[in-house]
Amino acid sequence: MDLYAFINTISLWIVPGLLFLALFYASYKRIRIFDTFVEGAKEGFNLSVRLIPFLVGMLVAVGLFRESGAMAMLSRLLIPLLDIIGMPPDLLPLALMRPVSGSSALAITTEIMHTYGPDSLIGRMAATMQGSTDTTLFVLTVYFGAVGIKKSRYALNVGLIADAAGLVAAVLICRVVFA
Amino acid sequence: MVNLLWGGMILSAIIVAGLNGNMGGVTQTIFSSAEKAVGLAFGLISVMTFWLGIMKIIEKSGFIDLIIFFLKPLTYWLFPGVPRNHQAMNLMLMNMSANLLGMGNAATPFGLKAMEELQKLNQNPDTATDDMCTFLAINTASLTLIPTTIIAIRTAAGAQNPTDILGTTLIATFCSTCTAVLCDRIYRRLNLRKANLKKP
Repeated sequence: MDLYAFINTISLWIVPGLLFLALFYASYKRIRIFDTFVEGAKEGFNLSVRLIPFLVGMLVAVGLFRESGAMAMLSRLLIPLLDIIGMPPDLLPLALMRPVSGSSALAITTEIMHTYGPDSLIGRMAATMQGSTDTTLFVLTVYFGAVGIKKSRYALNVGLIADAAGLVAAVLICRVVFA
Repeated sequence: MVNLLWGGMILSAIIVAGLNGNMGGVTQTIFSSAEKAVGLAFGLISVMTFWLGIMKIIEKSGFIDLIIFFLKPLTYWLFPGVPRNHQAMNLMLMNMSANLLGMGNAATPFGLKAMEELQKLNQNPDTATDDMCTFLAINTASLTLIPTTIIAIRTAAGAQNPTDILGTTLIATFCSTCTAVLCDRIYRRLNLRKANLKKP
């Protein structure tokens, strides 16, 4: 079986598989599954609405950045660097925002998907990048801040190096699988 | 940092638009983008609602215990400074398992409690311990089996098969997590060597 078919099979099976396992296990544990489902699902609306400020702020910023031609200028400067891994310049704002703010990165991912289409190579790269790491600065601030740690030592470096690795991996693997 | 990036994007866009004589486009883009943003948020409601419902079932059924069982040996290796039956170990397990299932909201409270417990083992309260740094590294890389939000966004955007990025995401997140663990180990080694050199 080739790589593409293998990854594709994982992708197809993972959600239905988890859904089946979760419901099966919950029934076995005598959980009232529908009542529990409704209880959790109530949050869906609030969560989506809470995203609106992030979406508006970021979509306007990225929209302006692209339409004005500023993104094209930055891309021209960085093209030698981007060419090494084959990253489309349109992913730059996402790459910069990903370690800094989760909701903002999510908003940029959404924007990219709507501009280029969710099934375009760029759209899939954006989705993969978004899913491959967490917001390093947020996690660092919240976790260390909560217990009063002031010297984070090498934690930030490790987080950012891992982000970079995830980003490069996302671009490369999407090139192999979807191109 | 967010403020810097956000401001930078807008300010540079206005300057470049001014140089290109495209100020009309700026105003137009502001309104069209803002409108698009609100539409997108509403498009998310449907899938978000479904997934949060399923996540609640997973949370309540104790499905997470199964994951914990498989993660245990790994955490013993990752956090050599934490006693095996210490509360911190349990909480870190809960946190990592919740992250693995894409339950970010559930993972954070476990993570914060785990930090409190780790702090009790810390001799210099304002400096992070090795184990804290490792825990942070794993959390920032966030190994996730099911990125629920992204599936929701792809569904809302009308993707033919919203889950077809799961395979690539899994590989990418695996790469970032391995890198995080590897870097963390290298830093630990270096610090150990430095500490040994200082000793007479």
